[in-house]
Amino acid sequence: MAATVIRRHRLVTRIWHAVNAVCIIVLIGSGLGISNAHPRLYWGAYGANFDHAWAQLPRFPAWLTIPANYNLAISRRWHLFMALIFAFSLLAYMIVSLVNRHIQRDLRIRRAELSRAHLAADVRAHLALRFHDPEAPGAYNILQKLSYVAVIFILLPLVIATGLALSPGMNAIWPWLLDVLGGRQSARSLHFIAMAAIAGFLVVHLVLVILAGVGNELRSIVTGRWRVPE
Amino acid sequence: MTAPFIRRRTLIAGGAGLALAGCDRVIRQPAVREIVFRGEDMHRGLQRALSNRDALAPEFRPDQMSPRFRTNGTRDPGTADYAALRAGRFADWRLTVDGLVARPLSLSLADIGAFPQRAQITRHDCVEGWSAIGKWQGPQLGAVLRAAGLRDGARYIVFRCADLYGGAPYYESIDLIDAFHPQTILAWAMNDRFLDVGHGAPLRLRVERQLGYKHAKYLTRVTAVASLDGIGKGRGGYWEDNVDYDWWAGI
Repeated sequence: MAATVIRRHRLVTRIWHAVNAVCIIVLIGSGLGISNAHPRLYWGAYGANFDHAWAQLPRFPAWLTIPANYNLAISRRWHLFMALIFAFSLLAYMIVSLVNRHIQRDLRIRRAELSRAHLAADVRAHLALRFHDPEAPGAYNILQKLSYVAVIFILLPLVIATGLALSPGMNAIWPWLLDVLGGRQSARSLHFIAMAAIAGFLVVHLVLVILAGVGNELRSIVTGRWRVPE
Repeated sequence: MTAPFIRRRTLIAGGAGLALAGCDRVIRQPAVREIVFRGEDMHRGLQRALSNRDALAPEFRPDQMSPRFRTNGTRDPGTADYAALRAGRFADWRLTVDGLVARPLSLSLADIGAFPQRAQITRHDCVEGWSAIGKWQGPQLGAVLRAAGLRDGARYIVFRCADLYGGAPYYESIDLIDAFHPQTILAWAMNDRFLDVGHGAPLRLRVERQLGYKHAKYLTRVTAVASLDGIGKGRGGYWEDNVDYDWWAGI
């Protein structure tokens, strides 16, 4: 029996996914390098060695940081350069995805999908490693939608907003951003927490890609062509 | 069917590998370094396009100040010259204002105090990530530069300091937009007392929209220049010249 192959991801989605993947990896690596310069997190506007830190972070090892050797200047250069590509590509992706109706068609969460029965059924399906509705195999399931929506519309914008709030130049331009986030050191803490949540998503995302079939999933995000599981 | 697929997979794996481990190697390529380092100019351009150039850094109330403001960088210049000035309570200290100015100045602390004063409670952000809030007072740098009269062609203000790094005085520089910003002051007082040695006595720069290493301490000389080419290795500051820190430290 010949396998059915459908076109699953649009070109724009695939390009953004690739750009974003590289950005996220470099931003996390360089960000962990920056964290090593002062591995303490605070709440409020100020926070330094004599102030109470709510978290004392570990020293991130060389295999996780960019560059591998501690070099705050180069970590910052990578981080601030990639941040521009990351933020503007997310903005472009959001606009294009509204226009081409990717968001409305594929990511919109319907009320019925949030019913307890539907959610429970989808959790059971995931545990049985069934990720696709045979009726609509190309559609995202509800757990997928919830996590993609949370990442694209909450975590990524949050990590950008908190990152901008760390810039003393931006603080003069948009002082309200600091007020919303509760001060610069709170923004720094939230920036780290958002990064950790994105890293958590990344791990789960990669595990699910492996469980769903690396070859098929990888082909679909590169070429758009996805073989419907039998 | 499989060949292009494997190529693509190799491409993706290669891409991730490149991003993680390869960053160290690619940044040594002059062309890559040039592009990545261009981020500084892009951020500066974007921020200045977004803002009024005189947009003020947030100021705070006295009850929002750090209970203890840590020191950083040089805690004491430790030279014989500085020790002598300190022993004389900086009575013999002078700030030289020179370079592309119509009237070079030599200012005592009393002269600095005779300018109209600005006091501000602002947040100091170290490039390493910590912040401390303190109160600073002194004349606006703009007023001092106007007293000296900038000549045509002056584009940057260079600060030289009494503390030595690698045997040479620490130095920093800013452009005229930041030099004439209302919150850019030459501070001789911190938290309503004379600046202490750890924080840069007798005079330091406050340039509130940039990171801490721009706020040169132990000032001895303020020089107006047309270009940063002849200063240190040409990138406008000790850290910029020696460890690749951004010259524009607004982010």
